[in-house]
Amino acid sequence: MRQNGPLALIFHTIFVIVTVAPILVVCLVAFTPEGFLSLPTNGFSLRWFRTILNYPEFIHAFWVSLGLGALSSLVALLFAVPAALAIARYRFRGRDALAALFLSPLMIPHVVLGIAFLRFFTSAGLGGSFAALIIAHVIIVFPFALRLTLAAATGMDRTVEMAAVSLGAGGWTLFRRVTLPLILPGVISGWALAFIQSFDDLTMTVFLAAPGTETLPVRMFLYIQDNIDPLVTSVSACVIAITMTALILLDRFYGLDRVLAGKGDTGR
Amino acid sequence: MSAAAEERSARTPWALTAPALMLFVGVLLIPLAMTVMLSFHDWGQYKGIEPVFILKNWHEIATDPYYAEMFWRTFRIAILTTLLTALLGAPEAYILNRMSGRWKSFFLLVILGPLLISVVARTLGWALLFGGNNGLVNKLLMSLGAIRSPIPFMFTETGMVVALAHVMMPFMVLSVWAALQRLDPQIENAAMSLGAGPVTIIRRIIMPQIMPGVLSGAIIVFSLSASAFATPAIIGGRRLKVAATLAYDEFLNTLNWPLGAAVATLLLVALVLIVVGSNALIERRYAEVFR
Repeated sequence: MRQNGPLALIFHTIFVIVTVAPILVVCLVAFTPEGFLSLPTNGFSLRWFRTILNYPEFIHAFWVSLGLGALSSLVALLFAVPAALAIARYRFRGRDALAALFLSPLMIPHVVLGIAFLRFFTSAGLGGSFAALIIAHVIIVFPFALRLTLAAATGMDRTVEMAAVSLGAGGWTLFRRVTLPLILPGVISGWALAFIQSFDDLTMTVFLAAPGTETLPVRMFLYIQDNIDPLVTSVSACVIAITMTALILLDRFYGLDRVLAGKGDTGR
Repeated sequence: MSAAAEERSARTPWALTAPALMLFVGVLLIPLAMTVMLSFHDWGQYKGIEPVFILKNWHEIATDPYYAEMFWRTFRIAILTTLLTALLGAPEAYILNRMSGRWKSFFLLVILGPLLISVVARTLGWALLFGGNNGLVNKLLMSLGAIRSPIPFMFTETGMVVALAHVMMPFMVLSVWAALQRLDPQIENAAMSLGAGPVTIIRRIIMPQIMPGVLSGAIIVFSLSASAFATPAIIGGRRLKVAATLAYDEFLNTLNWPLGAAVATLLLVALVLIVVGSNALIERRYAEVFR
């Protein structure tokens, strides 16, 4: 195959700079020693990171986001693992329709989901509660949990299971001792990707969160609506750092291209 | 297999999917149906929501030019964003694909990674870069001599399209990238050995083969842009409304839920029709590629 010419490399360089620039500028402004938005030209300072500690609503929102992401991804997996095993192994009537239904949250705009859940949970008397947030997040992260588990279950070597069955293992023991360990990398990556999706969601959550159950993106969004100052850049820098860590771990553990291939394709 | 075992294995997949199915029916399909129903209810400043069946909200959306203008703006922004991502993302995916191993995976991480970074943080970055008339972007463009006077980015559709294109770009690169993986590099070599120049190769060999990837990327980018919330809300401000931000206002500020539900239902139906329709068109047009 031909190599990239100089024009292609110039295009590539500009493309990468534009891709990174907004993320970089947030992280740089977060280190400003000034009291206003500016690039840190006179040395770096951590003052805006320390300021976060004076804003308990950000700290609280962080814990809400963390708990919500961890729990909803876990619950989604409890539903997704059996469903993925069924879809991967059995040919039954309605299989394609079920798979399409389970992946449909990828296709439905999150603003519509937010409205639907707001209406639903308010009627059910759960408006603004943490339980409502968990259930709603289980639905939106489900496709990601399902896809990665499904990929692992489809690629699994069934002969190991057969050997276990011939040795007398069955039911729960078979699942716990043989099947689950074999699909575990897919399950863990599914959890991680689901966590990131939940941790980052704004559009749906902004409809459901009430004071006390505001997640970090919601808190940041509401803050930005009023004013943009270095505080919100330092909070963003922390969020970016957390996501980057998860991303690098995911890449080492599973391969980012495989993870993202599951995100790019909307449910076909 | 005995009859009992056969019956059991026929029931197993349903037993395994039943919990998820119940969850989806209970907390996805029912809320969606409730939202569609809500759009037919009445609302008044003092009486709140009245569960009657009327077409008031739909009539208002159909006749008030404010909504036509808002939906037209929403789709105009989505179309421009899609074009921008296709024009820049497709060549970038092609360039990436020609890089050697280590650089390829490094830059793939750099370009696709932002997909997982908070949309609020990424949009905040653009708000900082645009920042009024003497923002960094304008300073840079003016010092390069590309523009004479600063372009207003904040609170304009231009700014929304630029920021949205950045947010959506990884989806396009990913989609074209997937199409490029199916492409046989020998065809390119064969064309070269037969005397085709680089332009001819791109136009006659590469383009037709990655077109399905560009189009399916375009569908993803279009539907996500048309329903985007964070970027239009932060860059567009309070006045420049798109469908998602308008629905948000109706629900959380005006509290006219039925009208907001009608806007959301219309957005959902329009997007489903556009996505399903263009998917069918692409699959028919490029049937041989998908086979």
